[in-house]
Amino acid sequence: MNNIKRSLGIALWFMFLTLPLMVVRVNTLKNEVEWRWLNMFWVGLGAFVLSLLWRYALHRRNRRSQKAELGEDEQAGPGLGQRLLEDPKVFRPVLIALGVVAVVFPLLFDTYQVNIMVLALIFVVLGLGLNITVGLAGLLDLGYVAFFAAGAYTYGLLNSNFGLGFWTCLPLGGIIGALLGVVLGFPILRLRGDYLAIVTLGFGSIAKIIIENWEEVFNGAKGIANIDRPGLFGADFGISEVTIYIYYLMVLLVLFTIFVTNRLKDSRIGRAWMALREDEIACVAMGIDMARTKLSAYAFGAFWAGLVGVIFAARNTYINPNSFTFMESAIVLSIVVLGGMGSIIGVIIAALVLILMPEYLRAFADYRMLVFGAVMVLMMIFRPQGLITNVRRKYEFKGLKTDEANG
Amino acid sequence: MEYFLELFLGGLTRGSIYALIALGYTMVYGIIQLINFAHGEIYMIGAFVALIVSGVLTIYGFSGVSILVLAALIAMVYAAAYGYTLERIAYRPLRNAPRLSPLISAIGMSLFLQNYVLLAQTPDFLPFPQLIPEFDFMEPVAHIIGSAELVILITSTLTMVGLTVLIKYTRIGKAMRATQQDMTMSRLVGVNVDRVISITFIIGSVLAAIGGVLVGSYIGQINFYIGFMAGVKAFTAAVLGGIGNIPGAALGGLVLGITESLAAGYISSAYEDVFAFGVLVLILILRPAGLLGKALKQKV
Repeated sequence: MNNIKRSLGIALWFMFLTLPLMVVRVNTLKNEVEWRWLNMFWVGLGAFVLSLLWRYALHRRNRRSQKAELGEDEQAGPGLGQRLLEDPKVFRPVLIALGVVAVVFPLLFDTYQVNIMVLALIFVVLGLGLNITVGLAGLLDLGYVAFFAAGAYTYGLLNSNFGLGFWTCLPLGGIIGALLGVVLGFPILRLRGDYLAIVTLGFGSIAKIIIENWEEVFNGAKGIANIDRPGLFGADFGISEVTIYIYYLMVLLVLFTIFVTNRLKDSRIGRAWMALREDEIACVAMGIDMARTKLSAYAFGAFWAGLVGVIFAARNTYINPNSFTFMESAIVLSIVVLGGMGSIIGVIIAALVLILMPEYLRAFADYRMLVFGAVMVLMMIFRPQGLITNVRRKYEFKGLKTDEANG
Repeated sequence: MEYFLELFLGGLTRGSIYALIALGYTMVYGIIQLINFAHGEIYMIGAFVALIVSGVLTIYGFSGVSILVLAALIAMVYAAAYGYTLERIAYRPLRNAPRLSPLISAIGMSLFLQNYVLLAQTPDFLPFPQLIPEFDFMEPVAHIIGSAELVILITSTLTMVGLTVLIKYTRIGKAMRATQQDMTMSRLVGVNVDRVISITFIIGSVLAAIGGVLVGSYIGQINFYIGFMAGVKAFTAAVLGGIGNIPGAALGGLVLGITESLAAGYISSAYEDVFAFGVLVLILILRPAGLLGKALKQKV
C-alpha cells in the first residue's frame, strides 16, 4: 500500500517534470501553440508502473548485495549464458545451427535484409574492437568512431585518388587505425577514468571537425562518392551478388575477430590488460609496463575499427562526415556495456539486438537513442556486468566453508 | 584595436556563460568525483522551458522584460527539478559502484535527455523570442558592445558573487565544503550528505538554466543538441581552472571564451571547436591540476 502511495507521488512528480516539454509545443514564427494534454496522462501512467517496477528491482538488488556481504549467497553457479557456453552438449549443436543459419542466410532473404545484416555485423566487429579497449583494459574511449572514420577515409581517398583496390586497402585501413590509436594514446597515457573519457571524446570530435572542414583533402561535407565495391579476381558482380559477397566477407571477418580477441584475452598481454583494468597501481607494481599495455590496448581496439571502416566504405560506396558522429561512438559503447564488458558472446548478441531491432520495428526506430540511453543507465544500476557475465577463471577449494572464507 | 576589443568582449560574454555552466560541473565533481555528463542537457532543458514559457506568453499577447524574468524563473525551477531527479535516478544508486559505472550512466542519461527533448519537441532550431530590451550606447561604444552582452555580463557576475556568498557564509555552504573535504567524516559529525549532494545538483542546475536562458536570448535560436557542445566546453573550462575549484571554474570559463573568440577572429572560425578541444587536451597533458588547482596526491 505504501509502495503504491509513493509511486503515485512519483507519477505526479514526473507529470509535473514533463509538463512544459511534453504538453506544449510552441512555434514563435507562426504564432501557434499546440497543447497535448493526452501526453501528460501517458507520462503519469508510465511513471506509476515504472516506479513500482523500479522499487521492486532496487529492493531485490539491495537484498542480493546484503546476502553477498553476509556470505549467505551460495555461489549460485554460473549463469545461464555461461552454462550454455561451457557445456559442450548444448554448445556444439547451437554453434553448428548458427553456422548453418549464417551460411544460408543470403539464400533465404532478399538483398535488403542481407544489407542490414552486413551493417549489424559491422557493428559486431566494432563492438568486439571497443571491447578490447573498454571491456578488457578498462580505458573508456568515447572517440572510437574516429578510428572507424580513419579506415573508411583511407579506402575512400586511396581508391578515388590512386585507384587502389579493396584488398590492398583492407589491411592498410586497419594499420592506419592502429597507428592513429598509438598516436592518440601516447599523449594521454597519464590520464585515467573520466579525464580519459573526455579527452577521447575531444579527439573524436576534432577528427570529425577536421574531416568536415579540410576540403582539399577530405572533400568536406560533400564526402567521397563512387567508391569501388570489393572485387574478386576481376569478376563482375551485380548489386545483389556484391551484397552477398560482402556479407560472406563480414561473416569471415567476424569469425576472425572472435578468434583473435579470444586468443588475445588469454594471452600475456590480455592478462596485463585485465590487470590494468582492475588496479592500475598494483599492476604497475607487479612489473607490467603500463605504457606498452595501454598503447597496445588502444592499437588493438583501433585496428578493428579501421579494418571494418574500409568495409563500411566499400558497402556504402559513399562516405561523408555525418556517419562518424559521437552518436556512433555512443552506440558502440552501449553495445559493449549491454553485452557485458569483456564478454565476447555478450557483445555479439548485444550488437545484433541493438542494430537489428530498430530496423525491424520501424515504429521503434525513432525511440532508438532514447532507449539506448535508458538501457545504459538501467544496466549500470541493475546489472553492471552486462547481459552475459564474463566469468573470471578462478581456482577454488570446494571443501572450504563459506564463513571461513569470509573470516 | 577596435576589432580586438570586439573579439575580446565577445569572448568575455561567451566565457562568462561557460563559467556559469562550469560551476555546476566543478561543484558536483568536488563533492562526488563524478563528471556529470548530463549537465549540458540540463542547460538545454532550461533554455527550452524558457522558450516555451516566453513563447506561449508572447503569443497570448504579453510582452516586455517581465516575461523574460518569469520565463527564467520557471526555467530555473524546472532545471532544478530535473537536476534533482537526475541525481536520484542515475547517480544515487551508484554511489558505491566502481568509477566507470556512474560515468556510463551519466552518458546514458545525457543521450536519454537529448532524445527526450528531440521527440517531445522538434529536431529543428526553434527561434527564441527577442526579449532583452535594446538600449542604445554612444557611437564608439555601441560598435563594440550590445545590450544583450551587457545583460549577460552583469547577470553572470551577480550570479557568481551570489554563489560565492552562499558557499562562504551560509550553513549549507559550510556543509558542502565539509562534504567536499571528507564525506565520511562529515556524515559522522551529522551532515546529511545525501541532502548536500542533492542541493549541489540543484544549485548547479539552476546556474546552468540561467546560462541556457541567456544564450537562448543572445543567439536567438536553440535546438536539442546545444547541450552537448556547451557541456563539453564548460567541462573544459572547469578543467582549465582546476576541477573542484570554484574561482577556477570562473577563470577557466573566461580564459576559454576569450581564447576561442580570438582564435576564431584571427585564425579561422571553422575550427573554433577544435581550439576548445585542443586547449582541453593540452591542459590535461601539461597541467592536469588546472590553473588554480593543487596537484592531487594519489590515494591508496
